[in-house]
Amino acid sequence: MALLEVRDLTIALRADGEDTTLVQGVSYQIEPGETLALVGESGSGKSLSSLAVMGLLAKELVVTSGEIVMEGENLLDLSDEEMRRRRGRDMAMVFQEPMTSLNPVLTIGAQIIESIEENLGLSRAAARERAIELLKEVGVADAERRLKQYPHHFSGGMRQRVMIAIALAAEPKLIIADEPTTALDVTIQAQILDLMARLCREHGTALVLITHNLGIVARYAQRVNVMYSGRIVESGPAAEIYHNPRHPYSEGLLQSVPRLDQDRSVPLAPIKGSPADPFMSITGCRFHPRCDYAGPICRQTAPDFDGSVACHFPLDTQQKDAS
Amino acid sequence: MIAYILRRLIGAVLVMLAVATLVFFMLRLVPGDPIAAMLADAGSEEAREAITRKLGLDQPLPIQFGRWFGNMLQGDLGASIYGSNQPVTKILLEALPRTMSLAFLSFIIALLIAVPAGIISATRKNTAADTTVSFFAFVGLSMPDFWLAILLIIVFAANLQWLPAIGYQPLSAGVIPWLSHLILPAIAIGTGFSAIIARMIRSSMLEVLQADYMRTAASKGLPTRILLLRHAFPNALIPVITVIGIAFALLISGAVVVENVFAIKGLGRVLIQGIQNRDYPVVQGAVLVVSAFFVLSNLLVDLLYAVIDPRIRYS
Repeated sequence: MALLEVRDLTIALRADGEDTTLVQGVSYQIEPGETLALVGESGSGKSLSSLAVMGLLAKELVVTSGEIVMEGENLLDLSDEEMRRRRGRDMAMVFQEPMTSLNPVLTIGAQIIESIEENLGLSRAAARERAIELLKEVGVADAERRLKQYPHHFSGGMRQRVMIAIALAAEPKLIIADEPTTALDVTIQAQILDLMARLCREHGTALVLITHNLGIVARYAQRVNVMYSGRIVESGPAAEIYHNPRHPYSEGLLQSVPRLDQDRSVPLAPIKGSPADPFMSITGCRFHPRCDYAGPICRQTAPDFDGSVACHFPLDTQQKDAS
Repeated sequence: MIAYILRRLIGAVLVMLAVATLVFFMLRLVPGDPIAAMLADAGSEEAREAITRKLGLDQPLPIQFGRWFGNMLQGDLGASIYGSNQPVTKILLEALPRTMSLAFLSFIIALLIAVPAGIISATRKNTAADTTVSFFAFVGLSMPDFWLAILLIIVFAANLQWLPAIGYQPLSAGVIPWLSHLILPAIAIGTGFSAIIARMIRSSMLEVLQADYMRTAASKGLPTRILLLRHAFPNALIPVITVIGIAFALLISGAVVVENVFAIKGLGRVLIQGIQNRDYPVVQGAVLVVSAFFVLSNLLVDLLYAVIDPRIRYS
């Protein structure tokens, strides 16, 4: 059985009684211990759909339809209190901004220990021991002393390690990492991702890795969902999408990041235009205004998602070689 | 941390010395003549000169200042030039506990109202609870404290006869008499003060609740109580403390007015009487004490900062 199954999830922004759909009919599942990547530009709905899984959507954002089923139970049916008990224990999250994601007036130790106490019911002393172990595990040296320090004593990379320790504190089955390396130096990014991948493997934790960098996905994720404008436009094994993207948007994302397996003289090609405005209605495929391959039908009808790609003219290998 | 405290302390002493200097010269600039006030129009020219000489007011200003400043450093603030010629230090020491008691109690009352009110209105933003708090905060802010003082006397002292209307009992006479005399004036002063703090806490809390670290805390599955009190409130308090320090002025100026309504012979009464009589030494002494109050409260704010915000301790 899948650990988490998101079915037809639709999220809307509710303002003045009017709903603007931000995430439309997103479905995916993740097996225990698996790493799934959600890839897309800002505003593609990848963070929103994950916050919905955590039950942490802001008040104005409402799930208008769909199910989020974790181990056979629809999380959307749970009360706030039941949902709170699951947070930290069953699923945890690592956020994008390590600089602002830790409370500046509490020690690192206090912020790790409180989660252990709350979720595992350990005594203060036992929780402290576990916090020290966790810090060591995420590669923070001199853990005992560091426990008493405040976030401002830590660099961005170190803070993100602390965030990972907090996420791991109660041995959750699922960790959602929302752009965990975007705010970090490039040299630190790989370290953090490697660390997360290793820890999830060792602990058997499933990982939802949210990123806009399709390039890093192939290395860390087994499967990928590419999202555009609140919808999944392509889904499949990471290696396959990395080498043979079928949706023009996936192709665009790949061409906009440098690749080691590519001639360095080839200039990076950004995707033209800007992400679709959710407040503007677009008939047909929501990507067509930015798509090089769009035909007349793309302007009229939105393509259905066939389980692998949502495109009227999916790129296959020959086509890509020809272009 | 110790270096931080020392730096603040030295700063506070320097400010006090500057204030003392300013007070002395500003008072000399104020129009009006203490001798004229003392003698009304009755005194002869000789009497006037005799008194002027006796008080040292015939000396050049720098010499007057040097003498006063030197004595002040030794704790001698001179004697009242009016009535019984009591030493100023004695007058102030008598008045100070009353005003301190009043200010302290007002402060406690203000916090008791403001902290829960601010937190509730922030967490229930735009609900009936929030609107109610906002309404009362508005009323509390708009209502002059002397008027509230009179209302309180009418209701609780005159009609219900639960509490004494005027006067003061020192703490040494017992907590109950002390409290029963101070509670009405403290409410009168504290209400307006609490309205300001509640509004500040509300807006500061609203901002903090949006912070990334609040989302992190929520993602750990912590109960709301801990989210609010451990994670949000201390952060929300940082900007509020500044305002509390500055708004301490309101407490003192409130005390000056309200002490008169309740006939409490505190600092406010001393100051007002001193000004009416052009009683230089008394006014100088009283203003000095009030400024010391300010400097001290600001010092406390600085120290509180360091307690709450670890980032300040080391900078």
